Amino acid sequence: MNPRDILAAKRWRLEMRSRILHGMRLFFMERGFTEVQTPVRTPAPAPELHIDAVRSEGWYLHTSPELYMKRLLAAGYEKIFQICPVFRKGERGRRHHPEFTLLEWYRLGADSNALKKDCEDLLQAVCSHVGRYPHCPYGPHTLSVLPPWEDRTVRNVFRDRAGWDPLKNYDADRFALDLVEKIEPALGFPKPVFLSDYPPQEAALARLRPHEDLWVAERFELYWAGVELANGFSELTDRREQEDRFRECLDRRRADGRDVYPWPERFLESLEHLERAAGIALGVDRLVMLLTDASSIDDVTAFGPEHEP
Amino acid sequence: MGATLTAGDLRKGLKLEIDGEPYLIVDFEFSKPGKGQALYRCRLRNMITGTQFDRTYRSGDKFLAADLDEQEMEFLYKEGNRYHFMNTATYEQVELAEESVGDAKNFLTENLHVDMLFFKGAPIGISLPNFVELKVIKSDPGVKGDTASGATKPVTLETGYEIQVPLFIEEGDVLKLDTRTGTYVERVKAST
Repeated sequence: MNPRDILAAKRWRLEMRSRILHGMRLFFMERGFTEVQTPVRTPAPAPELHIDAVRSEGWYLHTSPELYMKRLLAAGYEKIFQICPVFRKGERGRRHHPEFTLLEWYRLGADSNALKKDCEDLLQAVCSHVGRYPHCPYGPHTLSVLPPWEDRTVRNVFRDRAGWDPLKNYDADRFALDLVEKIEPALGFPKPVFLSDYPPQEAALARLRPHEDLWVAERFELYWAGVELANGFSELTDRREQEDRFRECLDRRRADGRDVYPWPERFLESLEHLERAAGIALGVDRLVMLLTDASSIDDVTAFGPEHEP
Repeated sequence: MGATLTAGDLRKGLKLEIDGEPYLIVDFEFSKPGKGQALYRCRLRNMITGTQFDRTYRSGDKFLAADLDEQEMEFLYKEGNRYHFMNTATYEQVELAEESVGDAKNFLTENLHVDMLFFKGAPIGISLPNFVELKVIKSDPGVKGDTASGATKPVTLETGYEIQVPLFIEEGDVLKLDTRTGTYVERVKAST
């Protein structure tokens, strides 16, 4: 197919994408959220061990709007959301695009449970807005958005499907491999499912709490039809602890020969004014894939990084 | 020796050297669970034996590109289970065992030009032109069958390959075949 035909063939999916974005905005507006815009170029992206930022004249393109949005929270904005492109180096595949679209929203005075409720309400509202409520065809499956959705702990899922306890005997390599090979592919059929309570090592900015005999991060992931759709958590608001985690992360990035980002001092200062809060990021392209029965992210984005203008 | 590659270079269609043998990536998936590390899931096919296996790689893993080379060859003759070819540029002769020729043997006729694949200088297989022309040497005239459209009958070609063709094909006809699917395309010359 020539490039014009390829674009023309994407038309109904790109039109669905537009309606899905509209549905998201309506949902948040109706609930009193403020849509915000934060800088796409930043001097100091959030230190994450496995997320690499693209350089831009000595600064970086943001990998998520997280740090700036939390500064707004700390200044008293109670309910904010943003839909923006984010950039992550080297991430390319059927479900990855190095420039993809995130929907992030934050709530002051809330924890991760409030976000789970938001997820249920948001997906129902969006599905209904684009004519995919309550069922949605996806490959050979008929997906359903109807609540209640199952909420499983990481510990239980790993014990069931991988035969070990990642809270007690955490192993980063084994965790990632088993998640991808044994767990993710079967998660979220036909309804979305939450995976909750991660090992503390798997969350850079999430609050910890005691769970049974150990500590867990109050972080969850939303999966639907084997697709990781959203990552949310109760925010860590202890400046000292956040500094320790950033320092450890940047040390490891230095040891691994990766880019070592500048210290996000303003963000850390703002934590002193932040009390309870929770935030979540949802992959917009992936939701569009699910609601338009697309097998590749390239079916729901007009252009890929390989396409010249 | 092939070039050194990193996990970020992996993609479908790439050819790697693993444990001294050439492998083709027939399926590829990039994965990055949650906040975790990047994983590169590959289905690999051994280009000599055809066996397949799945393996997941991490960023930081290093690879060797398979040292492969293609040369145009002309098929000369078969002797026992050895197939003899001649390099069309250097006139050098090369032989290939029947198992390395594989299904391509069904379409090989004298003087046919093919591409021969070499791994580290040793021949490991050939790739045929997409279309070849072969003569029918045996067709059972007794088969009348159903004359409705789509009806077929088996014939034997000059290479010994048996194939389904439309009922009007006769012994001595020359047929055009698609070597990728191994199927009949059209009759190019009728026997007279």
